[in-house]
Formats: sequence, structure tokens, C-alpha cells
Amino acid sequence: GPLAERRLMDVRLGELPAWLATCDLSPQGLLGGVRKAWSGYYDKYINVKRGGPAGISMLLAGYCLLSYVWNYQHISKISFLVSV
Amino acid sequence: VLHTSRPLHTTQQCLAPLPPLPEKGGEVRYGLIPEEFFQFLYPKTGVTGPYMLGTGLLLYFLSKEIYVINHETVAAACILSVIIYGVKKYGSDVAAFADKLNEEKVAKALAVKNEAIKDLETAIEQEKKEQWRVEGRNYLFDAKRNNIAMLLETNYRERLLTVYSEVKKRLDYQVAVQNLKHQKEQDHMIHWVEKNVVQSITPQQQKESIAKCILDLKALSKSAQAAV
Repeated sequence: GPLAERRLMDVRLGELPAWLATCDLSPQGLLGGVRKAWSGYYDKYINVKRGGPAGISMLLAGYCLLSYVWNYQHISKISFLVSV
Repeated sequence: VLHTSRPLHTTQQCLAPLPPLPEKGGEVRYGLIPEEFFQFLYPKTGVTGPYMLGTGLLLYFLSKEIYVINHETVAAACILSVIIYGVKKYGSDVAAFADKLNEEKVAKALAVKNEAIKDLETAIEQEKKEQWRVEGRNYLFDAKRNNIAMLLETNYRERLLTVYSEVKKRLDYQVAVQNLKHQKEQDHMIHWVEKNVVQSITPQQQKESIAKCILDLKALSKSAQAAV
């Protein structure tokens, strides 16, 4: 289909800047994108009849990763490493 | 809570009952990495591709000190092991419990639905009965018509009787009046005749009759004396 309506996984590498240009980067657009991503994740892994640990474990892993990335500066300081 | 991803009644081909929830969630390997990632790498690298990628990345992060091993690593390892042990041991029990809760909810809703269906069916039957009753209207009206006819008949006969008695009373009255008149005329005539007769008896005749009576009485007394 046309470039603007394709999802990220269906876009080829060369078309990536063009695709980024077409998407809606205003606050409402970003919020809508976040909402769609969350509801996609929710309906696939959490809102099922017999879910497992995968639903929340992936969320927790993502949270761990994000917090590590945000605190990397502080963690890698030698003063922090020496203080156990 | 209304999901934005499940539009209701916006598409033309809308299913009246909501589509049921999917049975199982998306496939996830080791609880962390979705299957899609493995499928994504399979054509280029086969089955061991993602594992190789994971090992390589891990060694790279460790060697370049992008991931620094500190006290938090030890803490994370202990916590992870406890969590994994807990999940492996009690996972199925918790799942069974949750399934039971769901079952009860669904059973309650189903019971309500069945109740409603039953009530509606009894209502339908009663409605049909009422319709059958309506067919018996004719008999009801016939009976009412008979009643009314009888009332009219009774009323008519009563009035007939009244008329008859009234007319009879009037005729009796007339008859009585005539009788009375007749009787009065008779009495009057007798009275008048007696009066005239008495008047006609002149004193002369009275004397003669009295003398004759005395003579008769004397004769009688004589014959009576003789008889004794």
C-alpha cells in the first residue's frame, strides 16, 4: 500500500526517512501512537483467557533496561563502584 | 473500561456479540523474548541465530563495560532465581485458581441469560394461552346475550301482568258500580212501593182490616178453646 499507511516493519530501509516524514509527530499524534502501541501489546499478551508470566515479565524487563540506561552515567562513576 | 483498539459498531460488518478473548497470549520464549523475533531471524541465521546474537551481545556489553558488574548484579541474580523458582513451582496452581474465578463469572452470566430466556418462554406460553382464551369470546357473548334476552322477557311479562291486573281492577270497579246501582234501584223501588202501599191504605180500610182481624182472632180463640 501507500507509504504513509504501512506499519514500521513493512517499510524498507531506504524508505525510512520518508516514512518518518509522513507520520504524525504532534503531541496528539505521539499520544495516539503510544496508545495504539500499548493497546496492541495489551491485547496480545495480557488481555487473554490463559495468559502466563510473559505479559508482565516483559514489562518489568523493559523497565529494568530503561532504568539501567537512564542511570548508566551514575553507575559507571568510579565513586559509585567503590562504595559497593 | 472501553478499549480503543476494539471499535464497537463502527465497522459495517459488526458482530453483535463481542468476539471472545483469545485463548492464549502471544508466544514468548523464556518469558522475555517474543517468538516473532526468532521467526524474524530464522530465514537468515537458522535456529541458533538469536542465541548467538544474544551471547555475542552479552559478551560485548560485559567486555566493553557497557554493563557494569556491581552489587546490583548479585541482587538481581538472587531476585531472579527466587522469582523463577516461585513461578515454576506455583504457576499452575495460580493459573487454576484464576481459571476457576473466570469460570464462576461466566457461569453466573450464563445463569442470568438462561433465567431470562426461561422467563421469556413462560411469558410466550402465557401469551399463547391468552390468545386461545380470546377465541372463547363467542361463547361468552352468547351467554351474555341469553342473559339479556331473559331479562327482557321477564320484564315484558311483569309489565304484561301489571297491565292485566290494572285492567281487571278497572273492570271490577265498573261491575261493582253497576251492581251497586242495580241494588240501589231495587231498594229504592221497594221502598217507594212500600211507601205508596202504606199511603194507599186509607183510614177506612185500616178500620175495616182491624175489625176483620179482631173477628178472625175471636174465631181462632174460639176454635182454640174448643180444641183444648
